[in-house]
Amino acid sequence: MLRVLLLTLSVVAIACAELCKPGAQNAFKVRLSIKTALGDNAYAWDANEEYLFKAMVAFAMRRYSSKSTTQISNVLLCNVTDRVSFWFVVTDSSKNVTTVPESEVEAAIRMNRNRINSAFLLSDKTLQFLKITSTLSPPAEPSTPVWLIVFGVVLCLIVAGIIFLIVAGIQQRKKKSKESTERENLEEKGEVTVTVENGIPCETLDLKAGHINGVFAADDERFTSL
Amino acid sequence: LSVPSEIPKEDGRPKWDNKFQYILSCIGFAVGLGNVWRFPYLCQIHGGGAFLIPYFIALVFEGIPLLHLELALGQCLRKGSIGAWNTISPYLGGVGVASWMVSVLVSLYYNTVLTWVMWYFVNSFQEPLPWSVCPLNENRTGLNEECYESTAVNYFWYRKTLNITPDVTESGTLQWWLILCLATCWAIVYLCTIRGIETTGKAIYVTAICPYLVLTIFLIQGLTLPGATEGLAYLFTPNLSTLKNPRVWLDAATQIFFSLSLSFGGLIAFSSYNPPKNDCEKDAVTVAIVNSVTSLYASIPVFSVLGFKATTGYWDCLDRNIISITNEFDLPEESIMRQNYTAWIRFLNSSHPKKIAGLKLKSCDLQEFLDQSVSGTGLAFIVFTQAIILMPGAQAWAILFFIMLFSLGLSSMFGNIEGVFTPLLELRIISKSIPKELLSGIICLICFLFALCFTLGSGSYWIDIFDSYAGSLPLLVIAFFEVIGVAYVYKIKRFSKDVKWMTGRKPNLYWQITWRFISPLLLLIVFVAFVTLQIQKPSSYAAWNPKYEDFPMKEKKVYPPWVLAICVLLAVLPCVFVPLVALFHLIKRTRRNKDSSFVPPEVFSCQGANS
Repeated sequence: MLRVLLLTLSVVAIACAELCKPGAQNAFKVRLSIKTALGDNAYAWDANEEYLFKAMVAFAMRRYSSKSTTQISNVLLCNVTDRVSFWFVVTDSSKNVTTVPESEVEAAIRMNRNRINSAFLLSDKTLQFLKITSTLSPPAEPSTPVWLIVFGVVLCLIVAGIIFLIVAGIQQRKKKSKESTERENLEEKGEVTVTVENGIPCETLDLKAGHINGVFAADDERFTSL
Repeated sequence: LSVPSEIPKEDGRPKWDNKFQYILSCIGFAVGLGNVWRFPYLCQIHGGGAFLIPYFIALVFEGIPLLHLELALGQCLRKGSIGAWNTISPYLGGVGVASWMVSVLVSLYYNTVLTWVMWYFVNSFQEPLPWSVCPLNENRTGLNEECYESTAVNYFWYRKTLNITPDVTESGTLQWWLILCLATCWAIVYLCTIRGIETTGKAIYVTAICPYLVLTIFLIQGLTLPGATEGLAYLFTPNLSTLKNPRVWLDAATQIFFSLSLSFGGLIAFSSYNPPKNDCEKDAVTVAIVNSVTSLYASIPVFSVLGFKATTGYWDCLDRNIISITNEFDLPEESIMRQNYTAWIRFLNSSHPKKIAGLKLKSCDLQEFLDQSVSGTGLAFIVFTQAIILMPGAQAWAILFFIMLFSLGLSSMFGNIEGVFTPLLELRIISKSIPKELLSGIICLICFLFALCFTLGSGSYWIDIFDSYAGSLPLLVIAFFEVIGVAYVYKIKRFSKDVKWMTGRKPNLYWQITWRFISPLLLLIVFVAFVTLQIQKPSSYAAWNPKYEDFPMKEKKVYPPWVLAICVLLAVLPCVFVPLVALFHLIKRTRRNKDSSFVPPEVFSCQGANS
């Protein structure tokens, strides 16, 4: 009895070894980069973590196809390296010692990828299933492109500035023409005798606001000395 | 905000509010985008610190004398470029017209560069920066192919900004986002130049000082980045053997010349608004020295950032190799670090040479990364934006950087527009009743409509053409005729007397010698060398073609004949006015000589100009 048991176990062990080896049919290579992801909080990869991994894969298989009865013992790990990388296969207990086709396993893992990632506190980049590519998330697009908003603000400010300056210029010009017509009216009426020299009232010339003609004031040498 | 008060006018000419505004405007005009993206590049490729020797020689013998000449001319004659040269001698009137023409041509395309800066500026307010990630392709299976094969930064520049066509003959369509930004840029220019120097003088306080503030901030940030010291050492380590190459001397002379924005007529326009008794000699030396010091000052943060970028690129290269090796040999994580990488490689090469060869590792060399030198728009929009992504708080750095570029370009635009605006104001064709606001509005509108051509798909190729042909050769010709005109037609003795009247002291021997002999000779040599070099190399351009087999390398293409004709036209058109106007006046004079009632024109003098 004991001999038969031993024989069966060894056959199973050899069969397992046959099923899970690097490059075997329906086998997947997994690579973890725990230190890169977690830095100082990195945990060590030991047998408990391997057990969790087997559980997650079994969970994924069960969730993918409801009639699946995958047990933890159906997931076989082998060739664990220091990198932390290993190969795994999922066996099918209903059929004798065969592996589940890789398309099924791939689909199951894809469906539950983020659950598996979060179980290990890793991401798609740090927990890599080498044959399974991750689907890319679409970039977040805001409803109005941000640049249009900024642009609108800048443009409004500039247009406001231009309008302000133009209106100010027109107002200034109106004020100047009003002043000159007022002065003309005063001179016509003769009410205010404003002595004028070259169109400039003498009063302003007396004050500091008068203009000095540079040609005559500059060179004293022009005039011959007495 | 108050209504601007009446500007005091002696002879009806507007004046600067104070001397500082005038100096700042000249400095703003001279200090432009070239100080940031051309000078550091020249320093790098021409032997680092050794380049400063030909640069300073060119500054002393070519830059400062020509600058003093232009400022003194404008201040004495108190007219824009066309009026000033007409007054010196009617035969030299063509020089003024040529200056005006060049200012027009440069204004057309210079603002389009500012359009690109503005586009990047408004895009800097996003998280993540749009040039840091590649968009997905149509069926969302992977990244966009063009982006994936080149880099995200390249893709954003060539596709999302320029939407560039693979050939200069393919015009493509108008890019609506660029048109919007172009309209904004011209609106800003209009806002600042609406009343000539009355408004420019106020705006210049912001646009001329802002770049220095931002450069200082970048300097402090740049020096704290890892790899900055490598970049700076690379930039400034002198390699004196490069001085044997005449190309270095030519580049130094042309850099000084174009950097000081001579021959545009803008400096003449600026100084014409000065009071006549103003020390133009001191102004010229100040502006030239500030311009050169700014170039040096700007190259420090630029090269710190480039050194940082090279170092990060080198580290990325190493890290990628380390990951490949770790994965291939299933070694524990973090067993190979950057420090012991070479030791590991040696060990693995000796134990498993076949496996290592099979990995096809890239050789990572820091020198190679540092050697990738870029100038011009490539530096600002590709290399620098890539470096900014790597900095913490990238949005703030991007915003600051593009504000700085925009102010640098805008203050140079003021000088260009002033060079167009002032001569038009003095032409008797434009009646006095047209308000200044309307004239500047018309100028800005016409320039905007022309510049729409540069928003086409092939726009950036055309801007390169304009920059190489309209913005280079005619300036040398104009400067040569300027110096010859003042030294030998107006006569240096008369000019020295005018300068003495303005500054209070006679120009010393240095000015006499440079104005009479050294500057004209240098200009002639530079002109001949420049033309020879241009003719020797076949006129080609580098096109961005995603279908090219060596993509992302640029495809070298040759200009078709009609484009070459336009290039020649751009270079020759301003220069042709010099002989044309002289000929016109000669014909007029011979016809007038036949007529007996001929009164010779009055001899002009600077002191008499103010009556």
